[in-house]
Amino acid sequence: MAFRLFKKPARLTKAQLLTGKSMVHILVLGALVWQFVMGFTDNLGADPVQALLNFTGLHAIHILLLTLCLSPLAQLTPCGDFIRYRRMLGVYTFIYALAHFATYILFELQLDWPLIGSELIERPYISVGFVALLLLLAMAVTSFDRLRKKMGRRWQSLHNTVYLAILLALLHYSWSQKTVLADPLLYWFAAFVILLPRMKRWYQSLQRKSDGKKKHKTTATRTT
Amino acid sequence: MPKRFSPSVKLTENEVTDESVYRQRRTLLKSMGFLGASTLLSSKASAFGWFDDDDEKKIQREALDFSPAGKYSTAAKKTPYDKVSGYNNFYEFGTGKDDPAEYAHNMETDPWSLKIDGMVEKPFTLDHASLTSKFPLQERIYRLRCVEAWSMVIPWVGFELGALIRQARPLSSARYVAFQTLYAPEQMRGQNSRFIGGGVDYPYVEGLRLDEAMHPLTLMAVGLYGKTLPPQNGAPIRLVVPWKYGFKSIKSIVRITLTDKEPPTTWNKLAPNEYGFYANVNPNVDHPRWSQASERRIAGGGLLSRNRIDTELFNGYEEVASLYKDMDLKKYY
Ligand code: HEM
Repeated sequence: MAFRLFKKPARLTKAQLLTGKSMVHILVLGALVWQFVMGFTDNLGADPVQALLNFTGLHAIHILLLTLCLSPLAQLTPCGDFIRYRRMLGVYTFIYALAHFATYILFELQLDWPLIGSELIERPYISVGFVALLLLLAMAVTSFDRLRKKMGRRWQSLHNTVYLAILLALLHYSWSQKTVLADPLLYWFAAFVILLPRMKRWYQSLQRKSDGKKKHKTTATRTT
Repeated sequence: MPKRFSPSVKLTENEVTDESVYRQRRTLLKSMGFLGASTLLSSKASAFGWFDDDDEKKIQREALDFSPAGKYSTAAKKTPYDKVSGYNNFYEFGTGKDDPAEYAHNMETDPWSLKIDGMVEKPFTLDHASLTSKFPLQERIYRLRCVEAWSMVIPWVGFELGALIRQARPLSSARYVAFQTLYAPEQMRGQNSRFIGGGVDYPYVEGLRLDEAMHPLTLMAVGLYGKTLPPQNGAPIRLVVPWKYGFKSIKSIVRITLTDKEPPTTWNKLAPNEYGFYANVNPNVDHPRWSQASERRIAGGGLLSRNRIDTELFNGYEEVASLYKDMDLKKYY
């Protein structure tokens, strides 16, 4: 039964797409705003700053992983419309990461600029998070259609750094913990599974490239 | 025999207001349906501090007889009870700060047995009742500075470790004191699973130099906010060494052993470059991954409370400085 259903491409109507997007906005943005409201009113447990850092950091990773699921989902299932949610979730990843950074600057270090500067530079796990944030920033500001067209192939290269961003974010997460054997391991595993279909593609294209080189070489020797 | 102690302070239920305010707030939150909403938004409870619902497993805390704070206490604003008991590092119950409050009620704290042995003339054992009756109890309001750069101000109830050690008559060759936490994997989920317990080798062990242990500031705490300790804070008896990072203040102690060698300590074994044997609070020696020059004082007030303060050497307890007179504190961190 279920399989029959999947044989035809499943297209979303415009209304469905719009409803879906509105739901995402309400849920994802709503949760973030709500969490800050609870923080301001001291309703986030003993340490609202730590609670917000964890909330924004973890959900930034959740949304990023979800974003990375969309293109394999669009390819592997008959519902290509998954891809239409990719940009908004990508931008929300950045918004959550930005809220995370803001929490750190405003509420953790409380605008102690010398300390902020030295922590960003001297603490490798913070530096790694910062680089991840800059990558997300670069992707978010170039996410408009007009820029995308203008940038051409460079747009794709820039947006391929999302793979670097998830690796750096997970490294930052692991590194922030006091012990290695902890939750981040589960996230590394999840990221591995999500990237698996792409790894196959990368491997094939690598092979094609090296094959190409080999061919090139043999033709070259022939001509001499 | 210790002389019979007559209490000079007796707390009634209503005097510990911090606790009742906490209950009221929880009821309010619940009635507004926030607790239910949070489950929809996230499976990770720790992301929402107000998710853990402790109403069904209310823990019994008994009122204690004790004398008031005295010269060792700080007058700083106390951290409310719900924060002290809701935000703990006790990896035996999980690595999340709210795991202990959620899971520690599974730990059986009565009956209890605390053994004092090793290089002493008179080893002895304290049972549950004698933990709170053998030595006169005092309230000590101490600053607690966590190695993670946050701090609290906590009204402990307890007695000096020195009194306990003197009772056992240490041999002159004894130089160090080793401590050990309960090992009971069936009650402590983190001991049962290396993943939940953060990969720590249990039982948790800690140690002090004998002169540190004999210092009058060093407390064996059996209570908090006038009543016996909640399990997540290390019931029924824990160490409190206020001039050292929090991880030195070992919880739920079953054994104290005097020795002539520096005893192994849990965090030092796990990451020797990050956590030393001494672990004295020191703003001039950073943790390799973060600065120790300042800290956030957790005392309530939400995000906007400007609570970042400078960290003081020995957490402000400068009377212990003489213990470390000729030591390079950067080397012996
Ligand atoms: C300049 C950028 C960043 C700074 C300064 C920063 C800072 C921090 C800090 C201070 C912590 C708390 C460590 C602790 O006390 O437990 C943390 C945790 C974390 N960060 Fe970041 N971060 C940055 C970027 C990012 C980015 C881009 C992501 C993800 C996309 C991220 C994800 C996380 C996660 C998942 C945690 C762990 C939360 C938990 O323990 O539950 N961070 N970060």
